[in-house]
Amino acid sequence: MTILLVAEHDNASLKDATHKALSAAQAMGGDIQVLVAGENAAAAAQEAAGLAGVAKVLHAEGAGLAHALAEPLSALIVSLAGPYDAIVAPATTTGKNVMPRVAALLDVMQISDVTKVVSADTFERPIYAGNATQTVQSTDAKKVVTVRIAAFPAAGTGGSAPVETVGGASDPGLSTFVGEELSKSDRPELTSARIIVSGGRAMQSRENFTTYIEPVADKLGAAIGASRAAVDAGYAPNDWQVGQTGKVVAPELYVAVGISGAIQHLAGMKDSKVIVAINKDEEAPIFQVADYGLVADLYQALPELAAELGKLGR
Amino acid sequence: MKILVPVKRVVDYNVKIRVKPDGSGVDLANVKMSMNPFDEIGVEEALRLKEAGKATEVVVVSIGPAQAAETLRTGLAMGADRGILVKTDAAVEPLAVAKILKGVVEAEAPGLVILGKQAIDDDCAQTGQMLSALLGWSQGTFASKVVIDGDVLSVTREVDGGLQTVKLKMPAIVTTDLRLNEPRYASLPNIMKAKKKPIDEKTPADFGVDTTPRLKVLTTVEPGARKAGVKVGSVAELVQKLKSEAGVI
Ligand SMILES: Cc1cc2nc3c(=O)[nH]c(=O)nc-3n(C[C@H](O)[C@H](O)[C@H](O)COP(=O)(O)OP(=O)(O)OC[C@H]3O[C@@H](n4cnc5c(N)ncnc54)[C@H](O)[C@@H]3O)c2cc1C
Ligand SMILES: Nc1ncnc2c1ncn2[C@@H]1O[C@H](COP(=O)(O)O)[C@@H](O)[C@H]1O
Repeated sequence: MTILLVAEHDNASLKDATHKALSAAQAMGGDIQVLVAGENAAAAAQEAAGLAGVAKVLHAEGAGLAHALAEPLSALIVSLAGPYDAIVAPATTTGKNVMPRVAALLDVMQISDVTKVVSADTFERPIYAGNATQTVQSTDAKKVVTVRIAAFPAAGTGGSAPVETVGGASDPGLSTFVGEELSKSDRPELTSARIIVSGGRAMQSRENFTTYIEPVADKLGAAIGASRAAVDAGYAPNDWQVGQTGKVVAPELYVAVGISGAIQHLAGMKDSKVIVAINKDEEAPIFQVADYGLVADLYQALPELAAELGKLGR
Repeated sequence: MKILVPVKRVVDYNVKIRVKPDGSGVDLANVKMSMNPFDEIGVEEALRLKEAGKATEVVVVSIGPAQAAETLRTGLAMGADRGILVKTDAAVEPLAVAKILKGVVEAEAPGLVILGKQAIDDDCAQTGQMLSALLGWSQGTFASKVVIDGDVLSVTREVDGGLQTVKLKMPAIVTTDLRLNEPRYASLPNIMKAKKKPIDEKTPADFGVDTTPRLKVLTTVEPGARKAGVKVGSVAELVQKLKSEAGVI
């Protein structure tokens, strides 16, 4: 069994999602080779060579690969797919964009958002916003799999795999990258943060996220998340959305502030180790999943929380 | 230009589903069904493009049982011009849905297909990308903004780090994200009018598609529930518990 893991990176370095998807690939067993496709991505390819348990790194260069656009990247993966029994990628927005194309071109049904590897052809995955877990067995000759990164630990380093240059498939020229607006922040990324503080509709404004959530997040070294309602209202950027159709997170500590606990939100955070809910409505469904619930007005509770954390020297 | 909008009939997003105790699946008897919310956003976007003079006809298509006609009627009541029901009682996986849609696209020749980014039942998030690959078209997934300029489509996409904008050659595939628009409600007169709009019936066989599943579902179970927690009386108590009991700060 040979597995091709599609690395997620920004050309300079690997994203944490790659290390987590590697754990899932290791659970499937067999030889693992990593594809690093990009533009000036030699550094990321070198980093991939240092991942634990990787047999080989395939490094593909091309201007069309710079932004991991789906059409050229899927064409490349399909051109390389021949010898592999499985092709695996993290279920990030990049993986979700590219991998179903690969699956369709190979005439394979993709297994999306795998949360557990049972064996090389059998996987667990959540359906209905995580209200049910399916165990599915693939009957396709090649498996195309995306991995829910919150469900797997990061694989280690210490390997020294050879890096082989592979020719980029030709760019079909269907789409061009125009630009991006990436949120800049010194905080940890949502999907790899140890602690997350999230705000909901009750935050009422973007400024209140700054005034009330940020000081608490600063003291905890936390990432900041949001409910859909907060994002829709423009209080928080789209990439903060936690939930069924946003990011799925599983930090050590998740603090939900002014969030009611709709099933779509719970789907994105209910596997957190410890959940704290702060809500002024004691009937709010969020309390059903919270380890610690505080019935309080957030506009009082958050400044107090920042002060208490301050007393701990944070 | 014609716009095709695939719409899926799914369990309503407000329903908390029940898993059958024998592990054989999700209990769908007497459960409220609705149009997949992302597909409502797709219908809305198509209608807005038509209203802006960028499109001439909006066709909705659904693959599913006879009742999927109700889902099509919802789209027609919103303002779509006609519907296509590809009737089957079998469970159809995204790969087979994409193959059927490819057949529909070849018959209808739309310039744009707008799908939802994911169906909220299977949570697969595959069909649009698969259709795009099968057709050899461009794709703009997770769209929060769509602008047509001649034969170029500019799509702003919601990605993990923020927003990305791409330009696509048309014909193209778009999949909708939540912020693309807010779907309209159908007015009563439009609901009445929709009853007279045509719905064409087809079968997967008409498009030569074998819908045999590629994934065998071995079991469907309820995920483990969380242990009930406690209410704390004050912020000070919360911090103390997080520190000494949970050990997370
Ligand atoms: C297709 C689809 C996909 C979706 N995907 C997602 C998703 O990925 N993520 C997601 O989060 N949602 C998602 N949703 C939306 C979801 O159904 C809910 O609408 C949303 O999560 C509600 O956000 P909220 O809890 O912030 O707002 P509300 O439900 O309005 O809750 C606000 C809460 O704040 C409390 N509150 C008010 N004032 C205060 C105060 N001063 N102090 C303390 N508490 C206060 C209230 O008691 C209430 O519980 C999706 C919905 C659909 C249809
Ligand atoms: N049976 C179906 N009938 C019509 N459209 C569908 C069907 N299944 C999936 N789709 C479309 O594909 C999108 C993504 O579905 P999925 O890949 O299953 O998450 C949906 O939002 C619909 O637009």
